[in-house]
Amino acid sequence: MAILEVKELHVHYGVIHALKGISFSVQQGEIVTLIGANGAGKTTTLRTISGLNQKTSGSIVFRGQDISRLAPHKIVAQGVGQVPEGRRVFPQLTVEDNLGLGAYLRKNKKEIQRDLNRVFELFPRLKERRRQTAGSLSGGEQQMLAMGRGLMSRPAVLLLDEPSMGLAPMLVREIFSIIQEINEGGTTILLVEQNAHLSLEISSRAYVLETGTVALDGSSKELLQDPRIRQAYLGA
Amino acid sequence: MVWYTILIQQIINGLALGSVYALIALGYTMVYGIIKLINFAHGEIYMLGAYFGFFALTIFNLPLIPAMLISMLLAAIIGMGIERIAYRPLRNAPRIAALITAIGASLLIQSVAQLTFGASFRPFPQVIPFQRIQVGPIFLTNRQLIMFGVAILLMVLLHLIVHYTKIGKAMRAVSMDKEAALLMGIDVDKVISFTFAVGSALAAAGGILVGMYYNRIDPYMGIMPGLKAFVAAVLGGIGVIPGAVLGGFLMGTAENLVVAFGSSTYRDAVAFAVLILVLLLRPSGLLGKRQNEKV
Repeated sequence: MAILEVKELHVHYGVIHALKGISFSVQQGEIVTLIGANGAGKTTTLRTISGLNQKTSGSIVFRGQDISRLAPHKIVAQGVGQVPEGRRVFPQLTVEDNLGLGAYLRKNKKEIQRDLNRVFELFPRLKERRRQTAGSLSGGEQQMLAMGRGLMSRPAVLLLDEPSMGLAPMLVREIFSIIQEINEGGTTILLVEQNAHLSLEISSRAYVLETGTVALDGSSKELLQDPRIRQAYLGA
Repeated sequence: MVWYTILIQQIINGLALGSVYALIALGYTMVYGIIKLINFAHGEIYMLGAYFGFFALTIFNLPLIPAMLISMLLAAIIGMGIERIAYRPLRNAPRIAALITAIGASLLIQSVAQLTFGASFRPFPQVIPFQRIQVGPIFLTNRQLIMFGVAILLMVLLHLIVHYTKIGKAMRAVSMDKEAALLMGIDVDKVISFTFAVGSALAAAGGILVGMYYNRIDPYMGIMPGLKAFVAAVLGGIGVIPGAVLGGFLMGTAENLVVAFGSSTYRDAVAFAVLILVLLLRPSGLLGKRQNEKV
C-alpha cells in the first residue's frame, strides 16, 4: 500500500486553477520525483500536502488517513516533513537552534541528540558552524541546514522542494547524493526539481506535471530515455 | 540647584518612568513582531492591570508581590481573550481591518472599565511607605527604585524566556517566518496566544508600578502611557525587543527633561514630536533593520 496517495487534487488561488485534479502515489521507501516547468504546480502540490494551501477538492491520504483538512503543524506530527523552496531557515537563530526547532514536537532528549549527531555526520560543515547564525551561512550551507532541520522531526515522508536551486554544480551533486543517503536511512522522499536529469537519476519513479495536470508518469529509467522528456526537460 | 544637578536628577526620574514605558513598549513590539499588528488595546491592559492590583490589595488585602502576580495572570488571560475574539478571525484580513478593530477594542475596554469601576480616580493604596533617599545633591525615592528594579527584573526574565526556552525560540521563529515555523510543527496560534499573554502580563506589572508611583488610577490612565510606549517601540524599531527597552528609557528621559528645562505643558507633546521625527528621519527605528524598498 502506498504511504502517501494524492487523488484528484484540485487547488485554486483565487480564480486561478493551479492544480487540476492531479493524482499520484508514493510507496514506502521510494524516492519519487515531480518534474515540470515553472508554474506547472509542483510547489503548490507540496504546499497543499503540508497544509499550507487549502485544496478545493480531492484527497491526500497518508498511512491510510486523509490529512488534507489537518492544520500544518498536525501534518508534521503525523510524519510528513517538508524542506521548503528557498530554504527558509530562521536567519537570526543559530544553526543549533534551527535544528532544535526541527525537533519541536519531540520530547525524548536522548533520541533528539542522536538525530542531531546523525545530521552532523551527514553535514559536517553544520557541526563546525553550529553556533553561527543561519543568516551568515552560504547558500549551500543553508540548504544543508534546511534539510537537516527537516530530518530532525523524523519524518516518514520528507518533501523536498527544489533542493538544488541556486547552488553551484559541485554542490548540487553533493546534495543529491545526500538525498540518496537519507533515503537509504529509511526516509521516503517526494522530490520536486527543475533539475530533471539528476532527479530522474536518483528516483525510482517520476510524474511530469504540466499546467496543473499529470502529463506523463512512469519509472525514472524509462522517462530518462523517453524522447518527449529528453526534448522538453533534458535539453537533448 | 545648578543646571547639571537638575540634569542628572531628571535623567534619574526619566529612567524610572522610562522603565515602565519600556515594559509596555515590549508588549507592542512583541505582538507587532509576530503578527504585524499594532495592538492599540495594549494601554487598556495596562489600566486593567492597575485595577486588578488595586482590588487585590484593597479588597483581598494581599501583599504587593502576590497582588502583582495575580494581576499579571488576569491581564494575560484578558490579552489572550482579546486576541482570540478580536484579532484571530482577522488574521488573513487586510491589516487596516485589524488595526481598526484594535482601536475598537481599546475604546470598548475603556468604556466597560468606566462603567464597572466608575469614572473618577481612585487613590492607590500606599503599600510601601514613601521614603526619600539622598545621594549628594540628587534625590531618589524608594518607589522609583522599586519601579526600576521590578521593570529590569521582568525584562531579564523576558530575555531568558525568549532566548533560552522552547516556546521563546518558537516565538522568534514565528516572527521570522510563520510558514517555516508551521513546517517545524509549531502551533502558531498557540505561540501568538503566548505572546499576547506575556506582553499583557508585563503591561499589568507596569500599571501597578505607575499606580504606586502616582498614587492614583482611573479608567483613562492607559491612553497616554499606551501612546507613549507605542512611540517608544517605534523609536527603538518596532518588532525589535531591545529596541523597545531603549525606546522606553529614552522616552521617559526626554519627557522629564522637557518638563524640567521647558514647560510641563509639553510633557505629552514630546512623545508625538519624537514620533514625527522618527518617522521622518529613521522610520525603521534606532535598532531596526533598514528595509530597502523593493523596486
